[in-house]
Amino acid sequence: MNFIEARKLVYEYIRRDEDDNVEGILTALDGVNLDIKQGEFVAVLGHNGSGKSTLAKHLNVLLQAGEGTLRIDGKDARDQQYLWEIRKIAGMVFQNPDNQMVASVVEEDVAFGPENLGVPSGEIHSRVENSLKSTGMLSWRKHSPNKLSGGQKQRVAIAGVMAMEPKCIVLDEPTAMLDPNGRKEVLDAVERLNREKGMTVILITHYMEEVIRAHKVYVMDHGKVVMQGSPREIFSKVDTLKSYGLDVPQITLLAHELRKAGVMIPEGILTGQELVEALCQLY
Amino acid sequence: MSIILDKVNYVYGEKTAYETQALKDINLKIQDGEFIGLIGHTGSGKSTLIQHLNGLLRASSGGIYYNGRDIYEEDYDRKELRGKAGLVFQYPEHQLFESTVFADVCFGPKNMGLTSREAELRAFTALRSAGVPEEYWYRSPFELSGGQKRRAAIAGVLAMKPEVLILDEPTAGLDPRGRDEILNQVAAMHRDLKMTVILVSHSMEDVANYVNRMIVMNRGSILFDGTPQEVFRHYRELEAVGLGAPQVTYLMHELQERGFPVNVDAITIQEAKDSILQVLAGRQQGTAGKIAEKMIRGTQ
Repeated sequence: MNFIEARKLVYEYIRRDEDDNVEGILTALDGVNLDIKQGEFVAVLGHNGSGKSTLAKHLNVLLQAGEGTLRIDGKDARDQQYLWEIRKIAGMVFQNPDNQMVASVVEEDVAFGPENLGVPSGEIHSRVENSLKSTGMLSWRKHSPNKLSGGQKQRVAIAGVMAMEPKCIVLDEPTAMLDPNGRKEVLDAVERLNREKGMTVILITHYMEEVIRAHKVYVMDHGKVVMQGSPREIFSKVDTLKSYGLDVPQITLLAHELRKAGVMIPEGILTGQELVEALCQLY
Repeated sequence: MSIILDKVNYVYGEKTAYETQALKDINLKIQDGEFIGLIGHTGSGKSTLIQHLNGLLRASSGGIYYNGRDIYEEDYDRKELRGKAGLVFQYPEHQLFESTVFADVCFGPKNMGLTSREAELRAFTALRSAGVPEEYWYRSPFELSGGQKRRAAIAGVLAMKPEVLILDEPTAGLDPRGRDEILNQVAAMHRDLKMTVILVSHSMEDVANYVNRMIVMNRGSILFDGTPQEVFRHYRELEAVGLGAPQVTYLMHELQERGFPVNVDAITIQEAKDSILQVLAGRQQGTAGKIAEKMIRGTQ
């Protein structure tokens, strides 16, 4: 059974004027299907306004679909009785690290979630320690979040979600505001959670380089899933990706250009190493 | 407009427990019409440096000269300087506040003391140059998409008619299409308006594609200053300070190590492609030549 299963999900943002008359309707999700298994690392790609954040907000019921069904760990997301359960199952990390810090000390910030869930204090201690350890932030536990870099803040935010022990973590463009180092730190932490703890990860991003590590990629455009498959399958369709306002990693693009110029190398090259091997065979 | 920085130092929180030297003996000469990429990891001093260029921060020691004039002189008009060196902050769209895009862009020139009519003329030209479609001019800035908001914010700075345009990570948080649009627009403004442009960026790929001079900062000092090709030759040193080179640069070095004689100075996809194709073509000619030679020998 799928851990997350969406069928024909539709969500509309309805804009109304002062008299409550409908002024405009924006269909942010238009018949989305998803099949995500427990322990998978799934990336959702799409340009700004493609509907990927709206989709993310459905996964822990910050938004509820107008039509279609969404099941998370077997629970119907439209059924009010499961609301809080689903939010415990699917933790969320947002784009701006500064908006997600609530306490003045790192470990208190991480403890905020489990405290709110009513976890006994002895257990909170061990959860805070474990989650800070798994994001590599344990040595900063007594620090003020204000003095951390963006990447470190984001890792504290992830630790905060981890401490609630969700089965799945949804990250909505967690690296968009970070520099290359911060981006790498966060991605490494996320990948480790997936690999070592078997956490289901849903990473929403428009950085193509981040998608290479995923098991499965969904590409969204105008509220629809327009492509799905492994990173290699997705990136072998360079021209299609470009038509959706996305681009591909530089190496893949170079390989694509070389192929177009008649060089006999395979499609869907993702890393520099692969391209070097392919070219050296020709030389 | 030429800018000279002479041994500029800047210390934050002087004589407190938080004292940090953000700039150390910066010497720099920037000529008219240059397109400069300023890179460095978070905390390297790039933001501090650009805030000196329009007088928002005052150097703890050292001098800054615009067109030969010392900006720290008693009678120098530093307010005018802020108009000459236009600074577009990170996430400039957070600073949009007026009820329409057009009114927002008029704010700067009006503040400089221009009449409404002059300010409106400037806003008109600036919105055109920044590529904001006319249909958005009289809408609330908050109805615009991320990329359009950013253009509107850039127009607000352009309306002050700066001679130097400084952009602090103008593509942060934008998707690939938004990023390309903004960078192409900046390149067009550099070309058409003959402005000096200083682009602060984290993306080596972006810098490689657009600028003709790169300045790399590390711990408050200038580590490298040269053409992108020259600077990216130091890719190992760049990595050591938390930066790096475009992906193709690594590829080209790797290929060369494997005996594939490509041009390691290639920093864009186009350059890399040309170099690889050239090597392969040379190789084919070589092989064809050998085959032809054998055939000739065979017939003899």
